[in-house]
Amino acid sequence: MADKRTTEAEVVAELRDGMTIGIGGWGSRRKPMTIIREILRSPVRDLTLVSYGGPDVGMLCAAGKVRKVVYGFVSLDSIPLEPHFRAARQSGTIEAMEIDEGMLQWGLRAAAMRVSFLPCRAGLGSSVMEVNPGLKTVRSPYDESEELVAMPALPLDVALIHANRADARGNGQYLGPDWFFDDLFCMAATQAFMSCERIVDTADLLKEGSEQTLKINRMMTHGVIEAPGGARFTSCAPDYARDEALQKEYATTPWEEFGPKWLEMA
Amino acid sequence: MVGDGLTGNGVTRAEVCAVACAEAWRGDGEIVASPIGTVPTIGARLAALTFSPDLVLTDGDALMTAEPLPVGVGADYPRVVEGWLPFGKMFDLLWWGRRHVMMGATQVDRFGNQNIACIGPWQKPKAMLLGVRGAPGNTVNHTTSYWVPNHSPRAFVEKVDFVSGVGYDRVPASAAVHEIRVVVSNLGVFDFETPDHAMRVRSLHPGVSLDDVQGATGFPLAVDGDVAESRLPTDEELRLIREVIDPQGMRDAEVRS
Repeated sequence: MADKRTTEAEVVAELRDGMTIGIGGWGSRRKPMTIIREILRSPVRDLTLVSYGGPDVGMLCAAGKVRKVVYGFVSLDSIPLEPHFRAARQSGTIEAMEIDEGMLQWGLRAAAMRVSFLPCRAGLGSSVMEVNPGLKTVRSPYDESEELVAMPALPLDVALIHANRADARGNGQYLGPDWFFDDLFCMAATQAFMSCERIVDTADLLKEGSEQTLKINRMMTHGVIEAPGGARFTSCAPDYARDEALQKEYATTPWEEFGPKWLEMA
Repeated sequence: MVGDGLTGNGVTRAEVCAVACAEAWRGDGEIVASPIGTVPTIGARLAALTFSPDLVLTDGDALMTAEPLPVGVGADYPRVVEGWLPFGKMFDLLWWGRRHVMMGATQVDRFGNQNIACIGPWQKPKAMLLGVRGAPGNTVNHTTSYWVPNHSPRAFVEKVDFVSGVGYDRVPASAAVHEIRVVVSNLGVFDFETPDHAMRVRSLHPGVSLDDVQGATGFPLAVDGDVAESRLPTDEELRLIREVIDPQGMRDAEVRS
């Protein structure tokens, strides 16, 4: 059995300029922040990010690593607006694909299913159809009156996620109330890397949660990193809550000041 | 402009707003009520405790709660869980249609289009906001209402800068359903029950005049005859709001009297 244990540095060494990177979690919840930190330290640039966005997107925008963001929202949850993402959008320095958050899920699912699109209603009638001229509609072959959005697949070069527990084989476990879309991110990606709070023996995975918490299986992942506190300052229920004080400092301090301090942390 | 926030019996504007939000879910039956914001959350929980007992409520996160929680309580507050609704399940559910959401709106226009994405041109916004979130999908799949705690001409605009939630003048032929039931603001309740679905004054909160509300709105509001006054909470509703649902008085931070 392959031992997939690796490090943030080895994972980031796999990244290339211009890649499309999907990042799991949601808003300011369970983001793989130690991997993000390692990307910030690297020379990688021109990334396309696909994310239910939070400080992952904000930091990479602030550091000039981003060419384009695919998102339904970018938010810090307790601080609704992400300051660095806003600055990047308002200065016009990044490209954007803004879509309904259900469309984002559908794009990942289409990529995971290896089809070029999936139909949905979300988006019809909204400005999403106007600002994404690449988005097309499709007429049902069963009912000509039904015209739906053909949400294109969002294939990823790399997915990055953070789990509560994992084993060295790359099986991952969620102990909180929501695993978000981390399984779809992995299945939409050519390579997926998972950081986790703790690597445990495979035989111990069911000691802390039921079979239903084993949402990530080893076929989905190419590397696993033990990173205690690896989601900080975002939340990682039930292991820890969001570090609101640090998040507030991040959101209210110029990146030139906060960034170097952040890179020094752990 | 809005006059005295307190009515004769000590009911605050925030409490009138909470009841107005609760009324949005009247008659909805066994569906998920998804309120965004403090006062809509109080409203949904009040509706479930009174006239809409079949509503399904959540803890604001991934759990369905059998009894309404007080607003503002932490994750360790005891709760009876009756179901599980992580985001993936929430998308399944909203595409199934068994939901009525009350979202916020940075801008809402005459035909009920809503904007939470950006102010100014989308390509290079003057102010980037949240992003469209789930508004496009919500509005073509199930009933949607809006809550605007600061009624002003900047919020009630002739045309939104970006259509996140779809209004009555843009309903696609393939919408599963389309209903913008009400817009509740700190000044009144508004609906679209007019021949062309232009926004109409449904009721004004006590102490608010038609001139007040028209002056705070960036387009002409439709008015049918004498406009009703938003109803006051009953004694039992007041007790539920003050003692059970919002004992910390969080509602007053969202709507000042």
